[in-house]
Amino acid sequence: MATKNKNTFEFAPAPESTGHIQLRDQYDLFIGGKWIKPKSGKYFKTINPATEKQIATVADASEKDVDLAVKAARKAFKGWSQLPARERGKYLFRLARLIQEKARELAVIESLDGGKPIRESRDIDIPLAAAHFFYHAGWADKLDYAFPNRSVEPLGVAGQIIPWNFPLLMAAWKLAPALACGNTVVLKPAETTPLTALKLAEIIEEAGFPEGVVNIVTGAGKTGAAIVNHPDVNKIAFTGSTEVGKLIQRATAASDKKLTLELGGKAANIIFEDAAINQAVEGVINGIYFNQGHVCCAGSRLFVQESVFDEVTTKLKARIENLVVGDPLDKNTDIGAINSKGQLETINKYLEIGKDEGLEMFQSSCAVPKKGFWCKPTIFTGAAQSNRIVQEEIFGPVLAVQTFRTISEVVQKANNTPYGLSAGVWTDKGSKIFNLTSQLRAGVIWANTFNKFDPTSPFGGYKESGFGREGGIHGLEAYLKFND
Amino acid sequence: MQTSKYSSPPVDQVGIEDRIARITARSIKSSMKVEGLKMALSMIDLTTLEGADTVGKVTQLCTKAQHLCDEFPELPNVAAICVYPSMVNVAKQALGESGVKVAAVATAFPSGQSSLEVKLTDTKLALDNGADEIDMVISRGKFLQGECNFVADEIATIKEACGKARLKVILETGELGSLDQVRKASDIAIYNGADFIKTSTGKIPKAATLHVTCVMLEAIRDYYLTTGKMIAMKPAGGISKSKLALHYLMLVKEVLGDKWLTNEWFRFGASSLANDVLLQYRKAQVGGYQSPDYFSID
Amino acid sequence: MARLEIKKTYKIYIGGKFPRTESGRFYNPKGIDVNVCLSSRKDFRNAVVAARAAQSSWAGRSAYNRSQILYRIAEIMEGRRAQFIEELLQQGSTKKSAEDEVNATIDRWVYYAGWCDKYQQLFSSVNPVASSHFNFSQLEPMGVVAAIASESSSLLGLSTLIATAIAGGNSVVALASESKPLCSITLAEVLNDSDVPGGVVNFLTGKADELLSHFSSHMDVNALVYCGNDSKKILKLKETSADNLKRIRAYAEERILGEKGESPYLISDLNEVKTTWHPVEKIGAAGSSY
Repeated sequence: MATKNKNTFEFAPAPESTGHIQLRDQYDLFIGGKWIKPKSGKYFKTINPATEKQIATVADASEKDVDLAVKAARKAFKGWSQLPARERGKYLFRLARLIQEKARELAVIESLDGGKPIRESRDIDIPLAAAHFFYHAGWADKLDYAFPNRSVEPLGVAGQIIPWNFPLLMAAWKLAPALACGNTVVLKPAETTPLTALKLAEIIEEAGFPEGVVNIVTGAGKTGAAIVNHPDVNKIAFTGSTEVGKLIQRATAASDKKLTLELGGKAANIIFEDAAINQAVEGVINGIYFNQGHVCCAGSRLFVQESVFDEVTTKLKARIENLVVGDPLDKNTDIGAINSKGQLETINKYLEIGKDEGLEMFQSSCAVPKKGFWCKPTIFTGAAQSNRIVQEEIFGPVLAVQTFRTISEVVQKANNTPYGLSAGVWTDKGSKIFNLTSQLRAGVIWANTFNKFDPTSPFGGYKESGFGREGGIHGLEAYLKFND
Repeated sequence: MQTSKYSSPPVDQVGIEDRIARITARSIKSSMKVEGLKMALSMIDLTTLEGADTVGKVTQLCTKAQHLCDEFPELPNVAAICVYPSMVNVAKQALGESGVKVAAVATAFPSGQSSLEVKLTDTKLALDNGADEIDMVISRGKFLQGECNFVADEIATIKEACGKARLKVILETGELGSLDQVRKASDIAIYNGADFIKTSTGKIPKAATLHVTCVMLEAIRDYYLTTGKMIAMKPAGGISKSKLALHYLMLVKEVLGDKWLTNEWFRFGASSLANDVLLQYRKAQVGGYQSPDYFSID
Repeated sequence: MARLEIKKTYKIYIGGKFPRTESGRFYNPKGIDVNVCLSSRKDFRNAVVAARAAQSSWAGRSAYNRSQILYRIAEIMEGRRAQFIEELLQQGSTKKSAEDEVNATIDRWVYYAGWCDKYQQLFSSVNPVASSHFNFSQLEPMGVVAAIASESSSLLGLSTLIATAIAGGNSVVALASESKPLCSITLAEVLNDSDVPGGVVNFLTGKADELLSHFSSHMDVNALVYCGNDSKKILKLKETSADNLKRIRAYAEERILGEKGESPYLISDLNEVKTTWHPVEKIGAAGSSY
């Protein structure tokens, strides 16, 4: 027998350096191309959820500040919308390039401010954000081809409110089509993750955008409400909770504001016995634990055909033991920090509900840091459609596993939800894939894959997951007025 | 599973790509890297399989196996020397009591295009000369013709002939055509007596990849989950850089677990990997980038 | 002695049947000597149940088949021109405008019959994603559509809303013009004779003020299309629709009744975009990692 090794092949810390990033201690509002102090003089803290340490303070925009921002956007609209479309596109191309140049800095700030693993911000969020600008840049002078026999013009001032789960990426999803279509924008990042949007404001300055084309106002719900209710805004685009989405639909009912909503989800992810089980397991892991499960399209309801239930759950449990939970800046981290204390409390509440309802809970045995907000990857088995953790969006790394026997049963159960954002299906049989993908009521269907995104691919939901699409040719409609 | 119906699960190639992308994104640094490098050295089957192999060449390689880098006495020896059957006695003698094993390729290596009789004789020759391990090739032609039973029986027969020697079954994955076929061949080998499954002969351009290895490790894992029995893995060919070797170790760790991270359960079939590992090891120990001139070539 | 005229009883149309309103109530549209059903919330509920039951199999019909059924509607309407003209006259149209409206309506059914098997090609896309996936987007019907017809044009407005909805695979619960309800029931009879499966289109008559909020607040209605210029009604519909994030489409009468009432964009307005991803294996291709 040759020499035996001790098993000491364990991860050593591999933190991404924060040395090259430039952050101010305090951020004002970016209005009309200038950095302006909030009228109220109020600022709020943004913290690193992994350490609970303050990173910077950020202006709290009031109704008056929002009004100023809308006025600046209105003032800029004429010039921006009348700019030759090709020139408009060139600004966006330039922006895409600058984001690529500053990708590393943006990735580190994204992970610092939001808690997501650097692997994801580096490999997914930031590159995709740049890709979104790049894709839409090219549309600016080709919009007539997107809508045959229809004349289009920009809407005017777009108010955009984005969530905390993909701060820069969502800013890109919103800004890129709006600007390409000739609108000007007032954008509000989420209060727990404002920093990359503010860095983006700096990049927009650097790119030489005309003043007021993009205005970035920071704040919480009240700031968002001020945008929604502002009479001179022509368009509201919101990504966030279904609850707030409904409020916005009511609030804008009396106006002509065009509205798109990208809201919650409770996606079914379905594994058939004939699937490539090992890849399906990997897809399920990516489907629910990506970005700590803070993903509206997360595959949070897993349906496993009864004949492979034991195999799938055994492999899932083994796999989550391999997931590295901890410092978001460590290059090996798979699951970072929960975005905020409030969100952690929500997740923990659902863990209690799941246990109280008698479900079997399995968590990774990993240790989590003492400071900061953490949730171990969690699997509940023995779930049914009647369980609350199956019905309600948890927005955390929590998977509920149910079994099924037949196609018709699983289709019925998968569609048995007010949501309809995404769904997944795993089977090796082509005709079964098309059967499922056509019967599942959701805007995005991943077959033998999950949680893939691309600027050319329209994203958005059915039913209470909102309306309108973002990305692709279909996403342009949300930012245009049609003269018919 | 001795019938002609091998019902292996399907493999999704793009899913495997995603999995490998996650593995290669892992950062293997400092203490982990040093441990990984030592581990990789201990898992190498130092290989020479040339028509031009001579007593001199094999003897030199055996010297290398026992003196990887005398500057660092904490370094392990490689796991084995891998040679043709005719060179087994040479290697055996040169290695003496070092603990380094001798593996012999057999069964009409590398094509396997011969009769079972010839293959058995080939195997017996290697064993009689003292081989500790036999690296056999499967009959890819028969496999591609759909004659799985033939392939299965051949493996079982050679296994029987091996006695106490451990049997590595080379699938020559580059000739099988798809990852689904790799999985199927893995299952046939595992269920018919393979102690190791091995990717490649090193004699065709398409040798081991992380992707193919991942599929084979999944087969090993599924067998383990079903039977509780461990099977060993050996990727061979195309692995000449430490970084890639470390990714392989990471793959084994994540798919099979730490239990497989010894040279009893995992090997690299390689000829030039050892020196690159030494280069990296020296850099980790003394700092600064290293030159190959400081490491012996045998 | 003069022959006693047989008068028509105007009933509502739910699930392929012609019941009276469950409420037993009726009303008399101004200047028209008939009793028209004053549909209730329950009638609406029943109609939604029928529409829901019929929708998925309607959407599952081949586009070619839907196209033929819409064309069949035009054929049967053509045979009943006289009846529609007579009813329009009863509702106050001039002979010229009645004839024009019937002609335009029949032609509009033919127009949308032709779109059934084409709009998908116009609005779907294959999206060139950067990863190794086949990614395509296509339209899918929203499901059950509540339609509130034009008040001024009882036949063309109503037909356009229904045609655009069902051409795109939806099922419909429509509320007829309150003041001009006669054509709607005759149109229901045409649909019933035209191979349109029961439940795919359902008609109610009654008072918009009573029924609108039920239309917009019903949780099992996916979309609501309104043709009219009453901004108060639109506001109310939008506000109450938020409970289940119903898709609201409000069109000015001029849009629907004029030339622009013929547009595939009216079909796509009542469809969702569904995007599907599937991996594309790269074995054998250049750069394959296998």
